[in-house]
Amino acid sequence: MVKRIDRDVSRFRQIIRGKIKKDLKKYITRGELIGKKGKDLVSIPISQISIPRFRFSQRKMGGVGQGEGDVGSPIGRGDETGAGSAGDAPGQHILEVDISLDELAEMLGEELELPNIEARGKKSISSEKNKYTGISDTGPESLRHFKRTYRQALKRQIIAQNYDPDNPMIIPIREDKRYRTWKVTVEPESNAVIIYMMDVSGSMGDEQKEIVRTESFWIDTWLKHQYKNIETRYIIHDAVAREVDKETFYHTRESGGTIISSAYKLAASLVEKEYSPAEWNIYLFHFSDGDNWGEIDTDECIILLKENLLPKVNLFCYGQVESPYGSGQFIRDLEDYLPEEEKLVLSEIPDKDAIYASIKEFLGKGR
Amino acid sequence: MDLPPELEKYRVEIMGHAIEYGLDFYETVFEVVQFDELNEVASYGGFPTRYPHWRFGMEYEELSKGYEYGLQKIYELVINNDPCYAYLMKSNKVVDQKLVMAHVYAHCDFFKNNLCFSQTNRKMMDQMANHATQIRRYVEQYGADVVEDFIEVCLSLENLIDPHSPFIKRDDGRNGEVDDDDGAAERKSPAKLKSKSYMDSFINPKDVLEKQAKFEEEERKRKKEKFPEKPQRDVLKFLLENASLEKWQSDILAIFREEAYYFAPQGQTKIMNEGWATYWHSKIMTEKSLTDAEVIDYADHHSGTVATSPGRLNPYKLGVELFRDIEERWNKGKFGKEYNECDDWVERKKWDKQTGVGRQKIFEVRRLYNDLMFIDAFLTPEFCLEHKLFAYAYNDRNDMYEISDRDFKKVKEKLLAGLTNFGQPFIFVVDANYLNRNELYLLHQHEGVELQLDEARDTLLNLFKIWKRPVHIETILDDAKTLLSFDGEEHNETEID
Repeated sequence: MVKRIDRDVSRFRQIIRGKIKKDLKKYITRGELIGKKGKDLVSIPISQISIPRFRFSQRKMGGVGQGEGDVGSPIGRGDETGAGSAGDAPGQHILEVDISLDELAEMLGEELELPNIEARGKKSISSEKNKYTGISDTGPESLRHFKRTYRQALKRQIIAQNYDPDNPMIIPIREDKRYRTWKVTVEPESNAVIIYMMDVSGSMGDEQKEIVRTESFWIDTWLKHQYKNIETRYIIHDAVAREVDKETFYHTRESGGTIISSAYKLAASLVEKEYSPAEWNIYLFHFSDGDNWGEIDTDECIILLKENLLPKVNLFCYGQVESPYGSGQFIRDLEDYLPEEEKLVLSEIPDKDAIYASIKEFLGKGR
Repeated sequence: MDLPPELEKYRVEIMGHAIEYGLDFYETVFEVVQFDELNEVASYGGFPTRYPHWRFGMEYEELSKGYEYGLQKIYELVINNDPCYAYLMKSNKVVDQKLVMAHVYAHCDFFKNNLCFSQTNRKMMDQMANHATQIRRYVEQYGADVVEDFIEVCLSLENLIDPHSPFIKRDDGRNGEVDDDDGAAERKSPAKLKSKSYMDSFINPKDVLEKQAKFEEEERKRKKEKFPEKPQRDVLKFLLENASLEKWQSDILAIFREEAYYFAPQGQTKIMNEGWATYWHSKIMTEKSLTDAEVIDYADHHSGTVATSPGRLNPYKLGVELFRDIEERWNKGKFGKEYNECDDWVERKKWDKQTGVGRQKIFEVRRLYNDLMFIDAFLTPEFCLEHKLFAYAYNDRNDMYEISDRDFKKVKEKLLAGLTNFGQPFIFVVDANYLNRNELYLLHQHEGVELQLDEARDTLLNLFKIWKRPVHIETILDDAKTLLSFDGEEHNETEID
């Protein structure tokens, strides 16, 4: 049975979604959602939507409580709900709203006007689905289409002049019967892999990593929404590159120099071995402060990109975060040497507020 | 639906105990429901059928989440109606169900006998369903969004009623003014008495008519200056009678007003009502119904009900302790002139005149008092000390609520302040033709506590949607008399002398 409350709940959720969407930019840049992420759901704290009234300011009001404590001992924070007065006035609640990652991605897409991705490559998995779309004149009784059958009978009776409007009796015969019928549709599913690379050299501070973390959370959310089947790999590098798990990816702090090509080489070999471009949609994201060690290595990176990576991937995104130590030269080099690669997206992310625009740059191409 | 046989057996038993103790209630219908059904009914304020609105959905989400996380659980839900309706949650233990039944019978007794409730509609169950149907019909007719918006406006103004008005008169708010001395003046106003034309000069002599006209002129002038003539506390009623609303709008506003009046007594007697119910469930359970095996579970449940935390005054706890205190005092004769004038604490403490009228007294109290009077009359310095009551205030230096006082007078003052007008500010309509421009002027009768400014602004905005002309409210902000205004486009804040 559909409960009466369901309607109100869904209306409420609709309002909440509107509210979240409005504040999405704030949520994106703050990155506080990531910590709240469960398996499929994110809890978003929003202040309860209250109905305004003429009422007393809770702070000016104070109240009466019960228990131990001397005059002056604190009993609760100013923004806490605990301190309600005896009149049982409602405090300001913070509401935690659970929202699925999929929904969040949809909002992100709408808000940033992200195009849906056109997957490429051989669709490696395809699923069959039955869709009841057609009508046929044979079929099992259980699928009989009452309205169509009736209409057919009416038509026949009118043509045969058996129909008397004063005594409208419609008797379907066998030939009148119509049945629902299905079509098998094949829905292709595409595979995708995201390889994140991050520079963890000494010049990348916590703040820079936080930016990377936030941005990749949103990228993840979006791509997962686009592909059913997605794999994620993580590579960190300073002067050498290695593959790590997600935890390590975000939390390691190495020191030392930066040789970007090491990461690109590793990524290339990953793609080579495990992700054939014919079957996989490949996304590469690289975040660094752009302080590569020497021009020779930059040259090598460019060659790697041009010959090895770019032909195979859907998208190669390079995000450059700003750090007090880095020169930020790398992004300019890429720009100069690979000016017309449309699979290459470059984005500068000077601070948290820039994440929003950067996501749009990365994902706005619909690849 | 009938109760399962086991519960029915307990219900009969507990009802028997309740009657034996002298509780007097309407027939009470218990229904066993699943947790989600209970949450649903609770979200609707206890009524299974309400008009559609998202705030019920919000309530439901919160309750469900609280239940899922094991943080909260509703035990008892009872509706003031004849018959009373009460819900039992299916998954509760038998001892919980017994406790809830005892609790519920005491609530029903309170509903039936307390004076505050004497004017409430005892067929509210049906009435609420009718309201819901009516509003649904308007939703179909005018569209969900339009009606929803209007409902929000009504909700926003819902507390602007006069909780004493049910005792003055009883109608749907659209007809009939209280007949006071103003009526006399109005009766004079018809200009001419009915007469045949040739008799006219005799029946309506010229000089009388002139006098009359002059009088009316003055009257009109006076009225022009001031409408309403006296400040109106029942703002909703004033709006119903004087705002230009479409029929469906005034119907909905009237519905909200009626429901607000129905719920108002529950706000006025929260401490007493819960105290009374707790007193009786404890009495019935511990003295009559509890089996040895149930003691631990009962104690656990009961202590949860009366648990206190520093920042929150538990109405169950305060209420039950006050009732017990009253019973003891009246049993021992700790009242009256002699006792009040005795200032020897030791003497006071061992005072016992064997009067034995405690039970009688608490029944009288539950009939005649509301929370405000209850606290005013029966909160004693001894009680305040024993139960460690304190007043707290907000300290903006460290953004904390802090204990500000343990002095009896201060505590009582604070407690009473929170209960006056059930914790709502006093707001009156003073002028509906402000500046002779048909603008609405409200007055917040300031009694020391400021209004929540941001909400007040939003409420003005909603008020504007009903009045459709600029609206103002006079209040005090930072010790300065201030007029908050909204003219349909922007908010204004002007200091007035």
